[in-house]
Amino acid sequence: MRKRGIIPVVYILFLVLPIYWLVSMSFKTTNEILAGFSLFPQTFTIDSYIAIFTDSTWYWGYINSIIYVSLNTVLSVTVALPAAYAFSRYRFLGDKQLFFWLLTNRMAPAAVFALPFFQLYSSIQLFDTHLAVALAHTLFNVPLAVWILEGFMRGIPKELDETAYVDGYAFPHFFVKIFLPNIKAGIGVTAFFCFMFSWVEMLLAKTLTAVEAKPIAAVMTRTASSAGYELGLLAAAGTLTIIPGAIVIWFVRNYIARGFALGRV
Amino acid sequence: MKTENQKAWLFVLPVLFLVAFNALVPMMTVVNYSVQETFGNNQFFWQGLDWFEQILRSDRFHAALGRQFLFTATILAIEVPLGIIIALSMPRQGIWVSVCLVLMALPMLIPWNVVGAMWNIFALPKIGMLGYFMNDVLGVSYDMTQDPLAAWITVVAMDVWHWTSLVVLLCYAGLMSIPDAYYQAAKIDGASAWSVFRHIQLPKMKTVLTIAVLLRFMDSFNIYTEPFVLTGGGPGNSTTLLSIDLVKIALGQFDLGPAAAMSLIYFAITLLVSWVFYTLMTKDDRR
Amino acid sequence: MAQVTLSGLRHSYLPDPKEGQDYALKEIDITWRDGGAYALLGPSGCGKTTLLNIISGLIVPTEGAVLFDDRDVTADPPDRRNIAQVFQFPVIYDNMTVRENLSFPLRNRGVEPGLIEQRVRETANMLDVTGILDRRASGLNPDNKQKISMGRALVREDVNVVMFDEPLTVIDPHLKWKLRSKLKELHHRVKATMIYVTHDQTEALTFADEVVVMQEGEVVQIGTPVELFERPQHTFVGHFIGSPGMNILPCEARKNSALFEGHEVALEGPLGGQAGELTLGIRPEHVLIAEDGIPATVAKVADAGRHFIIDAVVGKSVVKVVDSRNPPEKGSIIHLHFRPERSRVYRDGWIATEPRT
Repeated sequence: MRKRGIIPVVYILFLVLPIYWLVSMSFKTTNEILAGFSLFPQTFTIDSYIAIFTDSTWYWGYINSIIYVSLNTVLSVTVALPAAYAFSRYRFLGDKQLFFWLLTNRMAPAAVFALPFFQLYSSIQLFDTHLAVALAHTLFNVPLAVWILEGFMRGIPKELDETAYVDGYAFPHFFVKIFLPNIKAGIGVTAFFCFMFSWVEMLLAKTLTAVEAKPIAAVMTRTASSAGYELGLLAAAGTLTIIPGAIVIWFVRNYIARGFALGRV
Repeated sequence: MKTENQKAWLFVLPVLFLVAFNALVPMMTVVNYSVQETFGNNQFFWQGLDWFEQILRSDRFHAALGRQFLFTATILAIEVPLGIIIALSMPRQGIWVSVCLVLMALPMLIPWNVVGAMWNIFALPKIGMLGYFMNDVLGVSYDMTQDPLAAWITVVAMDVWHWTSLVVLLCYAGLMSIPDAYYQAAKIDGASAWSVFRHIQLPKMKTVLTIAVLLRFMDSFNIYTEPFVLTGGGPGNSTTLLSIDLVKIALGQFDLGPAAAMSLIYFAITLLVSWVFYTLMTKDDRR
Repeated sequence: MAQVTLSGLRHSYLPDPKEGQDYALKEIDITWRDGGAYALLGPSGCGKTTLLNIISGLIVPTEGAVLFDDRDVTADPPDRRNIAQVFQFPVIYDNMTVRENLSFPLRNRGVEPGLIEQRVRETANMLDVTGILDRRASGLNPDNKQKISMGRALVREDVNVVMFDEPLTVIDPHLKWKLRSKLKELHHRVKATMIYVTHDQTEALTFADEVVVMQEGEVVQIGTPVELFERPQHTFVGHFIGSPGMNILPCEARKNSALFEGHEVALEGPLGGQAGELTLGIRPEHVLIAEDGIPATVAKVADAGRHFIIDAVVGKSVVKVVDSRNPPEKGSIIHLHFRPERSRVYRDGWIATEPRT
């Protein structure tokens, strides 16, 4: 038992090392970084963070990301809820084909869609808006949300629906007041996944924005290339992008394993 | 048992509209490009299936496809067994479970280009921890901007770092669903640790493992941002995977026709393999 | 086969138990005769499963010893104890056939193939599963799955004790009855010591020669089904066994009788002990509707098929009466007679009267 415990510890160490390196570098001066290897910051500085929080391009990048990610999460979960209910409760013409077609969009390489998306959203005047990124990310988040929610809803016995109808509840009332509270955990997990995939996706987000809605992580690469090697700044910005994920994950920690199994265990 | 109800379509409509808008319009654009040639000025000429033929015959595409399959096969061969081993050795209860799960999921919540940038910094010779360790402590010559093998290994290591936790979490969920009685019965039956794995744990993990392989296949086949930021596809073309090549052709050279044709071929391959997995999986679901 | 002795057994799931309530099991001393059929009966959470797991070796007790015959096995792991256990939910190896499932415990112990084949055939015969020996176990229905679990427990010849942990929970009611009689029959054939854990009194009373009743980590009575019914040692046993359970009524002590709601009730014998809270215990079957006696108002009459269950109100108490004759009208006044040889007083739950000999 003791011996087996080593494996997760070693693995977590392996996971944490690159993150530690990023964080430690964000507190170093540029001179120290370029001077060579040092395990801990020798001259501890928060200049990189000050630079980020005083430059509006930087912190607006942060705000932009959070806006479109939240927008996408709300949108994806809202439209996926009734659809997942339909898939979990009813058979209808073409249901299996539809379900698979939805999943194919989860499989589509984002690179394939980059250019057409740019043209599509330009033509409907949405280019460089938060809505454009939020809508584009529904491409892979909605199928995923339907998939996860359907897994959770399947675990709720049909008798619940029937009892509610017998008790005289109208469908919308039943759905909101009785059914949704029963799959709270499922909704939380789904929202987490939508947040996660929208937060980490960068190819489409970058393609669909220029100035107004540019995500933090995209600001980062541009600054890195234009201003040469400002590694400290890059590291600080990188560190900041990890924080929202870490916060969100703490809330769903008890459901995360089941969530990754898409509610199917 | 599900009941037949055609009105269920009404529930699905919002999803249908949203996804169709995002999927069908761009897809038609791609199909449109794939059969035409353009010399700019918005003038297009009918090209038929020439681009498809050209792509399917091109050495460049074959090479990228080969690298892609090699990459996907490599990371699956590492991540799946590793994920199973880690999941098996995880604690089953107590506060360490939450701590483990949160730490393990952390890499998956980092924006993909940050992952690339992070590994880039990590691997820099002299400056980065990994680069310093390899060159100055172990004395191995390691520079992924020069050496294709080093670049390849770094890309694989990054993906293992990024995604093995997905396999771990899935397997862990599967393991947690096994009632204690199974382990107790196995003890009483005198089963060995291997027997417990072979006859209890593995069968119960089958569904989640299928999901894990399916997700890892799809995502590794579509991977773009992380390796692009890490190596830019280099040195040379050594780490140019399918998506990177596609974007190079489409946005770098603005060869829209061939890029579109390649997109469709690429998509078709992903779809085909995923469909096979999906059928296997739903067959299990029904049982 | 062996005699199983539990001596001075205490168990706590806490690392550092102090008070009585820290213990899931408080001071258990039982001897299970070799070849006996026992039932361990009690409500959920009373410690039955803990006790079972201590015997099987899945849990090491905090204090006390487990002996198989004269051998102390307290520290031995399950596979060295030579025991078999059937769990609440069927435990089968999904990816094996029924035959492979049955031979699994034997193969793990390196039994020679010829003997395995013979044992599997015998066990399959006993359980009527010969026809499905080559089917994959995953496709079976729940009762066949549970039969296979039982088969794996019975396939070994030399087991010290076979334990059943509420094995019929997931079985359909009409098949429950069949499997229950099957188990009884198996006990006669196999002659192994068998311990059957359940919270269902019917299962316990039909299976066992002797029943051990537990409550909150304590054994409250060990006895034959008849003893448990006729003379419960504890109000819990009286209430738990029987349908409806024993009437437990407030009372005060008189010299050789009890005072219930102002009426004197004759008892089976003299009352011993001092202090404590007293209750009068009498089974509904032993309360008679008579010409004269304690006057009561009929509050409810329920038809239980072969008899009626009458709720009669005396003062502030409700007395349940089982009667098979024409029931009285609701609201009418009747007179109750408590059969003296069945009327007992309990002190803090434990029996306090001695029967006259």
